[in-house]
Amino acid sequence: MATLTLYPDDERLAGGERLTFNLYLVSALVLFVLMMLLGVTLRMSQAQWIAVPPNWFYQLLSMHGAGMVGTMVMVTTATMWFFLRKYVRLHLWAFVANYALFLLGALCIVGAVFVGGYGALWTFLYPLPAKGMLWTPGASALFMVGYLLIGIGSLVFYFDAAAGIVAVHGNLARALGLQWLFGGSIDPDHPKAVVASASMIVANTLGILAGAVALVMSLVNIYFPEVALDALFTKTLIYWFGHMYINAAIYMGVIAIYELLPRYTRRPYPLSRPFLWGWAATTLLVIIVFPHHLLMDFAEPHWLLVVGQLASWGSGFPVFVVTMWGALGNVYRADMRWRMPSMLLVLSLFGWVAGGFGALLDSTIRVNLTMHNTQWVPGHFHFYLLLGVLAMALGFMYHVIGERTSATGRSDTGRTVLFVYIVGALVFLGAFLDAGRLSVPRRMATHLEPWLFTDRLGAIGGLLVLLAMLYFAARITAGLLQSGAPSGSGRVGAADVAR
Amino acid sequence: MTNQDVVLTIWLVGAALIALGFLFVVVQARRPAANAAAQNHVSHVLRKWVFFALLAGFAIGSWATLHQFPIPSQHGPSGAPQTVEAVGRMWSWQLTPDKVTAAREVEFRVSSDDVNHGFAIYAPNGRIVTQTQAMPGYTNRFVHTFDEPGTYTVQCLEYCGVGHAPMTTTFEVVAARGQ
Repeated sequence: MATLTLYPDDERLAGGERLTFNLYLVSALVLFVLMMLLGVTLRMSQAQWIAVPPNWFYQLLSMHGAGMVGTMVMVTTATMWFFLRKYVRLHLWAFVANYALFLLGALCIVGAVFVGGYGALWTFLYPLPAKGMLWTPGASALFMVGYLLIGIGSLVFYFDAAAGIVAVHGNLARALGLQWLFGGSIDPDHPKAVVASASMIVANTLGILAGAVALVMSLVNIYFPEVALDALFTKTLIYWFGHMYINAAIYMGVIAIYELLPRYTRRPYPLSRPFLWGWAATTLLVIIVFPHHLLMDFAEPHWLLVVGQLASWGSGFPVFVVTMWGALGNVYRADMRWRMPSMLLVLSLFGWVAGGFGALLDSTIRVNLTMHNTQWVPGHFHFYLLLGVLAMALGFMYHVIGERTSATGRSDTGRTVLFVYIVGALVFLGAFLDAGRLSVPRRMATHLEPWLFTDRLGAIGGLLVLLAMLYFAARITAGLLQSGAPSGSGRVGAADVAR
Repeated sequence: MTNQDVVLTIWLVGAALIALGFLFVVVQARRPAANAAAQNHVSHVLRKWVFFALLAGFAIGSWATLHQFPIPSQHGPSGAPQTVEAVGRMWSWQLTPDKVTAAREVEFRVSSDDVNHGFAIYAPNGRIVTQTQAMPGYTNRFVHTFDEPGTYTVQCLEYCGVGHAPMTTTFEVVAARGQ
């Protein structure tokens, strides 16, 4: 069972672990700010407040998409590592290798976009990378090599984590708690972090391997154009990878809720059979849900499209009935410590569920016929990324810095900025969702006059989010760089600084 | 009310209910329960009811949205009296013919000569009425009946390179005789 101690000794970081962990978090914060800057630039361009030439618009959009998704996975990988290392042996070299390969991959992507002019977006569709006209096949190849390096890094981390889990629990099925699904006495000390980690190791490894097949095939096609690929099959693989990868960010990040929430509610959050059923279902559904990206590909077997809709609807059950219900049950009448970490974690649950509901609607084939590839799509995924995953990550980071400083003064600045962040995000997201209602296409450099109102609203909301994120990034970075870790009772009270 | 208005309304109602649920819990979070065991029991019972209610919603919703499958079979004749061949290429559309009659089914056969495109039909009011993908090597078919005459716009809805945004064309839907 997760500890109720705010800062338990087995979570302390020292030496190389601390340095690597700090590198992950500080890099993620810098990247979040930079990628948000690109995102706001894109919205301001659509709003016709600034002029960005179409080729640059699509290059920046490619960078924004790949950068945001990669950074989300990087920071939630750090979350998983931080908690999982308490329960199984993880090798620091694997954590370092993942970081190094991520940076190398990111460099390739930056080079492909800003030097090579790559602009085929983060989920590119064959054969566009080879036929872009404004960028060379070499730029596309560099972008794909960047993906491969990042994917290899993730696999190194997952394989090390899998080895650690298997050494303790025998196999991944037992780590998932499948032996307790139909009966038996559940071990109350079986960590939720292990259950969630095992689930994502299985699911995201499959997604990354699917992506690797698509990437290698596309690279072969770039250099040997006579080797033609099947456009539908390649698209299927790309979306299997893309959907799985960003889903992994959410499901790795949620470990922070399982581990940290009970410390702020001061109330046990025990493992239960519904929880294990929820994660068993999640593991399966996350793997098979990707066809909801292919609903407008009528040439796909229709049973696959039905799977896409039903798996999407089904994946709402574990989120709503297990994680959200369980977490809110833990908060309800709990003598809560309302601090920045707990506020952000509860906010992240709301963002995940409300944004997920928008995604669920869009995964209905009848709805998709009129909403597919409109701004409804960035509306719902930004909802669960901005108010869900990023809030989870910020909550986790705020918790971590609470341990590292001896300052105990109260400050309302953090809460004020959080308010600005929420208001800005709601304006930004509302603009996207309403634009979806108005059939405004997503991923479009030039917009028509009737669409400008939502574009401008979105740009204003985005600016507010960016300003708030600048504060969060500076505050957390300063906290991470503090050298001291208060001891004794101060370790408990130190979280006050994270207000 | 268009489809899109209905979807946004459903989401707004759902999100508002979720927000109210969160607010209720957050407001109560500072008032510790005297009997945590009883509270847990109530929570578990409620969760069961919510689970079965959602399960019923899942079953009914799936049947309602899928029992008449919204995408026609891609094999065999559709029986539609009008056919439009639509071919996308970077960055234009070719529609043959570019005029159809309202109130009669039209079968669209959509394909691409180069990369992936999105074939979305916008009504004169600026809203999407239906869409499919245009993919090299495949022909996606769908059948639509236009209720209202007017000028409809085809907009590419799948990113296809720097000329994606202006990749549009129009076609006419004319009133049937006697309308």
